[in-house]
Amino acid sequence: MSYNGTAIVAMTGKNCVAIAADKRLGQQFLTVDMDFQKIFPITKKTYVGLPGLATDVQTLYKSNMYRLNEQRDIEPKAFAHMVSSTLYEKRFGPYYIEPIVAGLDKNNNPYICGMDLLGCMDVAHDFIVAGSADENLKGMCENLWEADLEPEDLFETISQALLNAVDRDALSGWGGVVHIITPNEVITRHLKARMD
Amino acid sequence: MLQHKDGSVQNHQHGWEPYVDNGGTSLAIAGEDFCVIASDTRQSEGYSINTRFDPKIHKITDKIMLATTGYSADAKRLTEVIKMQTERYFYKHEKNMESHAAAQMLSVILYQKRFFPYYVFPILAGIDNEGKGCVYSYDPVGNMERVTFQVYGSASGMIQPFLDSQVGFKNQQNVDKTRLLTKEEAISIAVDSFTAATERDIYTGDYLEIYIVDANGIHREQKPLKFD
Repeated sequence: MSYNGTAIVAMTGKNCVAIAADKRLGQQFLTVDMDFQKIFPITKKTYVGLPGLATDVQTLYKSNMYRLNEQRDIEPKAFAHMVSSTLYEKRFGPYYIEPIVAGLDKNNNPYICGMDLLGCMDVAHDFIVAGSADENLKGMCENLWEADLEPEDLFETISQALLNAVDRDALSGWGGVVHIITPNEVITRHLKARMD
Repeated sequence: MLQHKDGSVQNHQHGWEPYVDNGGTSLAIAGEDFCVIASDTRQSEGYSINTRFDPKIHKITDKIMLATTGYSADAKRLTEVIKMQTERYFYKHEKNMESHAAAQMLSVILYQKRFFPYYVFPILAGIDNEGKGCVYSYDPVGNMERVTFQVYGSASGMIQPFLDSQVGFKNQQNVDKTRLLTKEEAISIAVDSFTAATERDIYTGDYLEIYIVDANGIHREQKPLKFD
């Protein structure tokens, strides 16, 4: 799980959700890429973050895109269950990924869900963290998160959580990306961070 | 190894392990003219709690406290050694050891056991000879650094980035990063750190001990944390 290094976090707000990730791709302590995509848009209001082994990140994303050929938008909850069963299909030779699904459902209620590498789901009302900096993120979120944050406040909260967490993890960092999903639009911002 | 008459062999050897991790978390924050030292009081071994009240912070002199984490037995012995040495210093020189001297001494005491170390992560905190708050942090073999804040122990991964953000003002713009916290701010950040860590770390909990060291002396507070 810490071969490539990752930090992904999702948070709920008032009629909005945020999902953020770092940009590093490494081979243990050697940094290979400083702009590696770990969060993928699924619909206009559902995003998935795939922390773990980078080769499985891209494989799992492609296999899910292939399945999603339905000509209509999928709900975040339904998508999370689909990712979950995709993972469990490989029960005895798993993808080394602990996905995070974040989105707004058809009533614009926030939905965030984490999973282990076998697909066991963890639906939370507050925040979900994953990756090699998960403990650091857990500490930041437990302190900074509060209920019913507006989009801009949620952006500030999730950005601070991510930046301070990756600065204490050697395997993640090198910039970050934040998506704030609101009923009308998705705000995407790229964060500058320490490059060490 | 025990060999029976029929030739069968029974292994009766139990590997002796000199070290145990007893969990727990300690932190210290230095202010302009004070120092806040906080620690939980749970002492555990694996999934069992040995005791809910085993203080990890000890008074060394009227101005210096020692906060520990790691192996509790080693921490107690280390505290004993430091107290013995500071007491000898007091009777020999008729004055208390200053914090910088105690800090250097602790480093030497740790390094003396370089090849069978005390499995302890000590934080020495208090007031220096100019009356300023000081925190010295160490690794188990005596590597030492003077810092303004430090956390060690089972929840350090969760608390250290929080302190970086709220005490060190890291990743923030338009702030004075050299600013030191007020006493009230430091205490409230220490309390928040522990209540959050207690939620997620099974080795941190039960009670929170907070010491405030300033020109008036040492003041102690105790707060309950979650028991689960």
